[in-house]
Amino acid sequence: MLKFIGKRLLQLIPTLFFVSVLIFSLQHLLPGDPALVMAGEENDPAVVEQIRQQYHLDQPIPLQYVYWVKGILSGDLGESMRIKEPVLALILEKLPVTAQLACMAIIIALTIGISAGIISAVKKGTVWDYAANVFALWGISTPNFWLGIMLIFLFSVKLGWLPASGFVPLREDWQASLASTIMPAFVLGNAIAAILMRHTRSAMLQALESDYVRTARAKGLIERRIILKHALRNALTPVITLGALEFGTLLSGAVLTEQIFTIPGFGKLIVDAVFNRDYAVVQGVVLVTATTFIFLNLLADIAYHLVNPRLRGMA
Amino acid sequence: MTDTVLSAPLAGAPIAESPMARAWRRLRRRKGAVLGLCVIALFALAAIFAPLIVPYNPIAQGWTSVRQAPSWAHIFGTDDVGRDVLSRVIYGTRASLFAGVISVSIALSIGIPLGLVAGYRGGFIDALLSRITDAMLACPFIILAIALAAFLGPSLGNAMIAIGITTTPIFIRLTRGQVMAVKVEEYIEAARVVGNPRWRIALVHILPNVMPALLVQATLSIAAAIIAEAALSFLGLGQQPPLPSWGSMLNAAQRFLTTAPWMAIWPGLAIFLSVLSFNLVGDGLRDALDPRER
Repeated sequence: MLKFIGKRLLQLIPTLFFVSVLIFSLQHLLPGDPALVMAGEENDPAVVEQIRQQYHLDQPIPLQYVYWVKGILSGDLGESMRIKEPVLALILEKLPVTAQLACMAIIIALTIGISAGIISAVKKGTVWDYAANVFALWGISTPNFWLGIMLIFLFSVKLGWLPASGFVPLREDWQASLASTIMPAFVLGNAIAAILMRHTRSAMLQALESDYVRTARAKGLIERRIILKHALRNALTPVITLGALEFGTLLSGAVLTEQIFTIPGFGKLIVDAVFNRDYAVVQGVVLVTATTFIFLNLLADIAYHLVNPRLRGMA
Repeated sequence: MTDTVLSAPLAGAPIAESPMARAWRRLRRRKGAVLGLCVIALFALAAIFAPLIVPYNPIAQGWTSVRQAPSWAHIFGTDDVGRDVLSRVIYGTRASLFAGVISVSIALSIGIPLGLVAGYRGGFIDALLSRITDAMLACPFIILAIALAAFLGPSLGNAMIAIGITTTPIFIRLTRGQVMAVKVEEYIEAARVVGNPRWRIALVHILPNVMPALLVQATLSIAAAIIAEAALSFLGLGQQPPLPSWGSMLNAAQRFLTTAPWMAIWPGLAIFLSVLSFNLVGDGLRDALDPRER
């Protein structure tokens, strides 16, 4: 097991290196002199010169990269041009908001996705299976920003049940907080629920046809026990690990969802940064999401090895 | 009796049926896929003949007809500056379909050659390309597309490039995996033994066998690219005003939800229908091209 973790950690190094190169090269896509573009409205030569110094833009590109990585390794993701605050501080400030939204979305996705998947597999070929598949197709095909707008129209404009926008932290008032996040969390969870439903369905179908389920049936166990204890337990392992890979879908979704519901999280941070041409913030957000994704991927891989006895001892 | 048994399989499935014909026959049996193809055809026709079928100029503003509810004069209503929503939805088809097809073409034209090289040659070049692919796939799709579009500058062309580049690693990885599975087959070995050059083996013998998987993925990727283009246009990073696109129409609609909800319904429905259709065709193709299914 340790050998496996060590090997996977070693593989991370080149991946992280290329992620950093990719994100570093973004600033060289800017048309013209990066310092001039990054300065934005301020055409003050002193400011431009300061930016050039700060990002070492007067040095050769490989050297610029070395300075950039050195900064990141010491926790310096640069400074926001507009708010004049360190990028890392901005990200850390927004993270809890998106984390709350993401947690709620995952709970919604797991509840809907796994139960729909079980029903559809157990009742294969019936109207229930058909309905669950239609739901999955709908979930995958609906753009979340449209779903968000339609939910605001229904629950805020027409029915007046929920606030259309804004965010109340959980610590301040938990009821208002849930009311302000339930719609965006559903929008975020919806697409992932659809994906989880498909994974659960195929894993459950496989489990239900397996020898151990046939044995359980032959023993005369009641069907509900067979489904929940024997089939589901084995089917859930791949579903959970594959589900961990949907973290990217979650963050991608958060960008537009937070924009629509005016929630001051991670996603809104990158959109605002794009509008304000605050390039250091854009780079910082992409870097943090990519790194988090890589490590979550690693954890999912390790968890998969831990729970799957056949893979234990294999590196 | 014996005659019917012997002739039944011949009548049901002609022996000389080509793989393409078989896939097409299987695809036609799937109602969802057929429905999807019909809807895509309708959208394509709308995009091609947009100038002939729109009732109004999609960018002509009319201060006397601002935010009018759907009526016989304006079936989908009008927007905040009095433009006909139906005409804008029809013209928006151009931006969306175009973006979907072009960005996936960009991804295919970079992804297939790189995947072929990585899968066929192996070694250092494979390791290098695989790590770059890993790195790109580690960045969430929309976030990377937004970052690329932001640095390239807002325009429909740059949005397509951004989506295309972001989609590329999927095709590198898929082609590589397929090539690695195919290259150990005996017919490839046979082609090598008779002295075919490497490029010929890769292009003539391996690539056609990789195509079905790529076709399925390309169809599903067009669906994802249409959503991504709409998302970028929604954020103002795609099609620039006053030219219509479904995403930017939704952005404008959001501000008038209380007074003009129809502004949000139609462009959203158009995105949903087109994406659903490509997903249906992609799912249908996957089943139709699966050699395990009959």
